[in-house]
Amino acid sequence: MTVLAELKNLTKCFSNRTVLDDITLQIEEGEMLALLGPNGSGKTTLLKILAFLEKPESGELKFQGETVTDKNAERMRLQSAMVFQRTLLFSTSVYNNIAYGLKMRKLPQNTIKEEVKKVLRLVKLEGFEKRSAKKLSGGEQQRVALSRALVLKTKLLLLDEPTANLDPKNAQIIEEVIATINRELRTTIVMATHNMFQAKTLPHRIALINDGKITEVGTPAEIFGKLSKNLASFAAVGNTFTGTAKTTTAGTTMVDIGNGVQIEATVQRQGVTSVFVSPQDIIVSKGAVASSARNVFKGRIIEIFDLGSLVKLKVDIGKPFTVQITKRSFSEMALNLNVEVFIAFKASAVLLI
Amino acid sequence: MNPIIDGIVKAFQLIFSGDPTVYSIVYRSLFFSGTAAILAALWGTPIAMLLGLKDFRGKSIIKGIFNALIGMPTVALGLILFLIFSKAGPLGFLGLLYTPGAVILGEAVLVTPLVVSIATTAIEAVDPEVINLAKTLGASESQASIAVLKEAVNGVIFSNMASFNRAIAELGVALLVGGNIAGLTDVLTTDISKYTQRGDLALAIALSMILIAIVFGINLIIIIARNPKVLATLGRSPQ
Repeated sequence: MTVLAELKNLTKCFSNRTVLDDITLQIEEGEMLALLGPNGSGKTTLLKILAFLEKPESGELKFQGETVTDKNAERMRLQSAMVFQRTLLFSTSVYNNIAYGLKMRKLPQNTIKEEVKKVLRLVKLEGFEKRSAKKLSGGEQQRVALSRALVLKTKLLLLDEPTANLDPKNAQIIEEVIATINRELRTTIVMATHNMFQAKTLPHRIALINDGKITEVGTPAEIFGKLSKNLASFAAVGNTFTGTAKTTTAGTTMVDIGNGVQIEATVQRQGVTSVFVSPQDIIVSKGAVASSARNVFKGRIIEIFDLGSLVKLKVDIGKPFTVQITKRSFSEMALNLNVEVFIAFKASAVLLI
Repeated sequence: MNPIIDGIVKAFQLIFSGDPTVYSIVYRSLFFSGTAAILAALWGTPIAMLLGLKDFRGKSIIKGIFNALIGMPTVALGLILFLIFSKAGPLGFLGLLYTPGAVILGEAVLVTPLVVSIATTAIEAVDPEVINLAKTLGASESQASIAVLKEAVNGVIFSNMASFNRAIAELGVALLVGGNIAGLTDVLTTDISKYTQRGDLALAIALSMILIAIVFGINLIIIIARNPKVLATLGRSPQ
């Protein structure tokens, strides 16, 4: 396979703090690579260097065999596009947002119109051209931001947590679009994520990044197939716990993660293992609800994060679990700090690493 | 009749009779202040972009100086400019004193700190990632700076409105460097002062009413032009 971008012994510091330390990585043409790591691990900085927006202190970055310098960075930028984690939109219409990059490339007006229309169809936002971009819902805004990068058809697409803080419907649309353009247009994609499920299913390769260092690179099967010490050490990744697993007579696995918390999973496993539960898969209720969920715990809300249309809660059940619910549910249930709640999730929603 | 009421009545007569003296004063005021506001925007906006987008040593001191200069008494600045433009002054050779050019330049200098301070605040309020966003979409450094300026457009327009208002309403600079020469450098404020001192209250009141109408009218036009929906909400009772 041809190497599209190559990073050699790359280091980046901000105010004497090293955020990227001796990074060496090759990105192959047409591949989808996930940078998996906790918040603050250096994923965004690495993406910005790949987008030629940040300059490394030392080391070398090559793009299509050419070393990136101050002189050619502006030209190189035309070959890549980055979608930021925090949805950034210009205060204008959807059309003007998406057309911005095409106008910078001085494409004819008719071509721009056609391309905008096509990309809006791809992200399921047909007919949204005249709408004010900033008045759309959070999910729609992120789809506009993605389509603004997609429309440029760059060789390299850099996505920073593209589905973070999105509801499942919008997250699914974005994941489908990412997979489609990688498969059909063979666009090389580098995506930062701390979502284990996304990392397991979407990319061809995963690079584990922690404390500014790439600790492991491999296929999802390689990374998730063995008990990766590096992967398990991502305590900062929400809802990741280490415990001892025992198979039950019912054919499921019980993992004791400490403090009296035992999690049931459908996957069979014995011995030390790491457990991950996606915040979107956890149901919150004020009372114990009879359901098919094998994992039901009583806890107390210890932290609340407002994410716009969604609310992220941290519930202490002996171990802190992050849960994501809609703001409407949050208001209707009159949830607040220190309120006692029940959390529930299915055994099949538990990922054993 | 009460001299004030008499003055107001005469003022309306002057305004609606199309008195050429009144209208030439209004024209000069609009022209001087408008040109001064444009000049201040032309050199003040790039300074604001530099202060709002770049980090360099001494930036906060420069911002502090511009903020402090907003409150500069117009008479004090008028006197400084008078000394600069006077024959013995460093720019005396230009022969600007008591000319329309001196009034325009003086007012532009007066309102520049206002433009710089308000526009800098507006630019700084734009998400700093917007510049990276524009760059990743293919913009050059200057095109990315323009993208930021577009995001700050409301603040920049506000800075221009404020500078025009200050220019048209100031007295000190126009009086000291313009000399209030009738038909050449006299403007609304200098003539209001002159006619009040002369006891010609009707003309002074007429000019004051016009000055207030201009300030309110122009600001209203800009607000409506920026957001035409404002008109629709005018007739609506509060919910």
